[in-house]
Amino acid sequence: MEKVASHLHPEGSYDVSAHSAPTGREEIWRFTPLKRLRGLAADATFAPSATATTWNAPDGVRVENVTGDEAKGLRGISGLVPNTLFGARVLAEVSDTLLVDVPAETELDAPVVIDLDGKDAGVVEAAHVALRFGAHSRATVVLNHTGSATMAQVVEVKVGDGAQVSVVSLQDWADDTAHLTHHQAVVGRDASYKHVAISFGGDVVRMDCNVTYDGPGGEVELLGLYFADEGQHIEHRLFADHNAPRTKSHVTYKGALQGKGAHTVWVGNVLIRKVAEGIETYEENRNLVLTDGCTADSVPNLEIETGEIEGAGHASTVGRFDDEQLFYLRSRGIAEDEAHRLVVHGFFNDLIRKINVPELEEKLLATVEGELAKNVLKDAQ
Amino acid sequence: MSTLEIKDLHVSVATEDGDKEILKGVTLTIKDGETHAIMGPNGSGKSTLAYSIAGHPKYTVTSGTVKLDGEDVLEMSVDERARAGLFLAMQYPVEVPGVSVSNFLRTAKTAIDGEAPKLRHWVKDVNSTLERLDLDASFGTRSVNEGFSGGEKKRHEIAQLELLNPKVAVLDETDSGLDIDALKIVSEGVNRFAENKDKGVLLITHYTRILRYIKPDFVHVFVAGKVAESGGAELAEALEANGYEKYLTAAV
Ligand SMILES: Nc1ncnc2c1ncn2[C@@H]1O[C@H](COP(=O)(O)OP(=O)(O)OP(=O)(O)O)[C@@H](O)[C@H]1O
Ligand SMILES: [Mg+2]
Repeated sequence: MEKVASHLHPEGSYDVSAHSAPTGREEIWRFTPLKRLRGLAADATFAPSATATTWNAPDGVRVENVTGDEAKGLRGISGLVPNTLFGARVLAEVSDTLLVDVPAETELDAPVVIDLDGKDAGVVEAAHVALRFGAHSRATVVLNHTGSATMAQVVEVKVGDGAQVSVVSLQDWADDTAHLTHHQAVVGRDASYKHVAISFGGDVVRMDCNVTYDGPGGEVELLGLYFADEGQHIEHRLFADHNAPRTKSHVTYKGALQGKGAHTVWVGNVLIRKVAEGIETYEENRNLVLTDGCTADSVPNLEIETGEIEGAGHASTVGRFDDEQLFYLRSRGIAEDEAHRLVVHGFFNDLIRKINVPELEEKLLATVEGELAKNVLKDAQ
Repeated sequence: MSTLEIKDLHVSVATEDGDKEILKGVTLTIKDGETHAIMGPNGSGKSTLAYSIAGHPKYTVTSGTVKLDGEDVLEMSVDERARAGLFLAMQYPVEVPGVSVSNFLRTAKTAIDGEAPKLRHWVKDVNSTLERLDLDASFGTRSVNEGFSGGEKKRHEIAQLELLNPKVAVLDETDSGLDIDALKIVSEGVNRFAENKDKGVLLITHYTRILRYIKPDFVHVFVAGKVAESGGAELAEALEANGYEKYLTAAV
């Protein structure tokens, strides 16, 4: 593959010594509050995990914490070549891997749910997760993060040819959690991959979600829903690397912010390489700022190296409640707090429908409701 | 009883060059069972009057009073006004993405009545109202006003009027942008509402066309921020024949 000179995608290496700890001046770290990551991005020692990991394993699916050579063999199944110190360290230093193995042509009716419940934010830990979906399989995997943790994590996803896969990662952490995670996926020929990031909890959550293609015709949908409260930093960085022809990427991330010091970051990188003719990409990030004192950074970035594309576009907005919408609702007798509720639910609704995991829908609606109760509704009373 | 009493109302908007007075002393009383038509040229302040009655934050009342059955409307918040019995059918209804029509209608009805409507009756009422206004039942699941045609937006406004059943309805150019069939459907909706006991209608329009279907008891010619002349239905006929010419030259 040809090299692309871009400061956003430095060449990676498995060699830990090839990386240095970020200073915060690097483009890819400039928004992240490194101090609050408790050394996760640098050289903090990774201690044995204090997170309780449990799962359901439907028939025909192997879910297991593997070790030794098998675990080693799973490093890089997504094509990941780390471009960060923490990524390289997780691959080199973590001895085991949580593997979800969905064999070829297996079709699951219900999602595989993995609960990761942090027990101690004082323990700095690291984890490697490998999700392998065989050719023409159809499955949904949910990673449900709760509790208190200080965690560096690499999630590698391999989507086989023709597979139809959803990976949902819920960051429903307690207030004291720091979570630095990198999700890397490679999408097979004519496969479809939906990745959903839902981030509500934690002191600092930073997720990098990258996708490449392993053949033409792959379709990717990257969805995100986040809600930052007072003092929270929630950062989502996406990278769709169109390295094969006739591939698609559709990105929709929506966030709401409330309370002093709430900070969200969305960086959407799309690279369309020379070989990637006939591709289609669209990325959208919308932020709803509910109170004063919040910061939403939204940075779409499209690099195009071929003229032969079907369509490429992006949209990014950061806005307040729309006065006209509120007036309209209130002119029908709906009180201000209720009008706020309706608008926020409406803002997230189409996204929640797109996520299309029925098991999650109610929980998401309830979580949005819970977040609103913390601030918007309280203020309005 | 329902009487909307507007007295010497002055209203300004904030502009880049400071406050601009748009309503310059409007006085108007709408009593039980009366339909008043306000007719005026573009930019004369008709929508400003409608929005000021409803309490849109963009408009500042600098003097005058608005009372509904003796209660000071200007003291009320936007939603309080609606709960007190005012309704504004907007000239440009607003899109509310992700909020379904049925959720919106139920939330509004609950707010107005102070309790949730009985589900079985409510669903029937909504469906029959939508049907009468020639709106497909699938409207319930669509987002409020999103992707509605101009005519659908107006019919949706009248559906709300019928379901929320206020005391006084202010209809801001509900007729504009409607073809003749839709105009009839909308007019029938307004007439059904007005036939109920103790209802008042303030019908704002630019054209006389709708007055063939909705018979006003009073017609007011609105020019340059105030009522220039008031009369009966015959005044509309005179306007139809002569236009606003005479008032406009008088106003400058
Ligand atoms: N924000 C504003 N800044 C400056 N002028 C404004 C503003 N809002 C309204 N106006 C002016 O106020 C006047 C009255 O507007 P209004 O919308 O009430 O008129 P209208 O009679 O409803 O007109 P139409 O028949 O076009 O609906 C117009 O001249 C308009 O330009
Ligand atoms: Mg108008």
